Amino acid sequence: MATTLHSLLDQLRETRAWKSVFRRGPALTNRTRSQAVFGNLFLHWMPVKVREKSLAVRASYYLGSISFLLFLALTITGILLMFYYHPAVPQAYRDMKDLRFVVSNGVFLRNAHRLAAQLMVLLVFLHMFHVFYRGGYKPPHEFNWVVGVILLLVTLFLSYTGYLLPWDQLAFWAITVGTNIMSAMPVIGGKLRFTLLGGNLVGENALLRFYVMHVVVLPLIAFLFIGIHFWRVQKDGGLTVRSKDDGKE
Amino acid sequence: MTEKNKIETGFGSDAKKNPQRIVFVTRKTSAKVTDDRGPLLMTYPHLLLREAIAAQILTVAVVLVALFWDAPLEQLANPLLTPNPAKAPWYFLGLQELLHYFPPFVAGVILPGLVVLALIVIPYFNVNIEGAPIWERNPARHFRNYVAVIVALTVLLAAFDAWTVAAPTLAIGAVLIWSYFAKSEASAAARYFRSRPLSWWLMTWFVFVALILTLVGTFFRGPGWSWVWPWRPYGA
Repeated sequence: MATTLHSLLDQLRETRAWKSVFRRGPALTNRTRSQAVFGNLFLHWMPVKVREKSLAVRASYYLGSISFLLFLALTITGILLMFYYHPAVPQAYRDMKDLRFVVSNGVFLRNAHRLAAQLMVLLVFLHMFHVFYRGGYKPPHEFNWVVGVILLLVTLFLSYTGYLLPWDQLAFWAITVGTNIMSAMPVIGGKLRFTLLGGNLVGENALLRFYVMHVVVLPLIAFLFIGIHFWRVQKDGGLTVRSKDDGKE
Repeated sequence: MTEKNKIETGFGSDAKKNPQRIVFVTRKTSAKVTDDRGPLLMTYPHLLLREAIAAQILTVAVVLVALFWDAPLEQLANPLLTPNPAKAPWYFLGLQELLHYFPPFVAGVILPGLVVLALIVIPYFNVNIEGAPIWERNPARHFRNYVAVIVALTVLLAAFDAWTVAAPTLAIGAVLIWSYFAKSEASAAARYFRSRPLSWWLMTWFVFVALILTLVGTFFRGPGWSWVWPWRPYGA
């Protein structure tokens, strides 16, 4: 059965239709396997070859990959949630109730989005600490470390702006506490808070602004910097691989 | 005079006129570059297959948990009814714990700003790149300086009654001081801590303090940010 399926797939890959889509036949040689990576828009930023050592689970624990996969999962569940959400007071809260009691699988959708969001914050932190302890910030990876710090901040802002959207007590007071800290900033603090909230209090303007930040502005910034981050991994020569498995490099 | 100028203006591109020594091969050695980073594998299929498996495991795990755990939803937002305590999301609870001790400008602006700045500049300092073991050079002088920093930090934190920051700081400081006196041959732990560079100690201190503050803020703080025990619920 397995062999038949395999040969069927190989036959499919030999067809003109397949080749017209993927620009190649079956990836049976290293040449076509290279083409599979650099001839594909979604994979072209990857290196064609990777160090065997960098594939070991211990080398990365796939923390960066999982962070990105969570970002994808959040994009998908987030778009589905947007179909049911109005960034208005108090309709936003009623939409939460609708997700719970009216929408098919609405509870699951919100649970998955919330869970993936918490996991992404956690994984991005773990990824950063792991890269630090492996010495992954060392030349030539300096700038990619900086891009990583930017991505950490974007992740935190994404999570924080999403926190307000359910418009329940938890959301309202967490954002009130957080934005009050901003006022402590000298000179611009108060103005910055006013700009972010669209007023002096967390109200419907704040909800709309946080919504726009959460679903448009910050995801685009994250997408841009994720692109730079991945591309630089390849340009800087892949993951940091130690010469010897233990001790300093 | 002309000889000196020649060197200063750089090397000619004509190799026959200006021969340059590229490598000096002594007896019984070779000029071959040794690369011990191990063999290379094709990204397709080796890396992509692993990424696909990671994606599948992650999807199954998230779906399973999302089926049995419910995202929290409280009452409709009410600006007139302040919950006590009003807590930020968990990843900001360390900051909120700092706000309990320090003025908002210090805890909310200066300290997070310094953390972000410190993270950014890590790769631009040679001391972090070389990563020499902490007691390798000038151990006595460095020991004096580090002890002075630990003492000054503890006094400063004590002045603000910030003991949830002081306790993990002292714990890391104690291990650092112990590692100075410990003999590398004595135990694996001594060897491990003595081989760590300064950057490792700083980051470990930061991670440990952040972890303690986040745990305290999440589980041990109740009404008015007073100390509570997580197994004794308040206000229920």
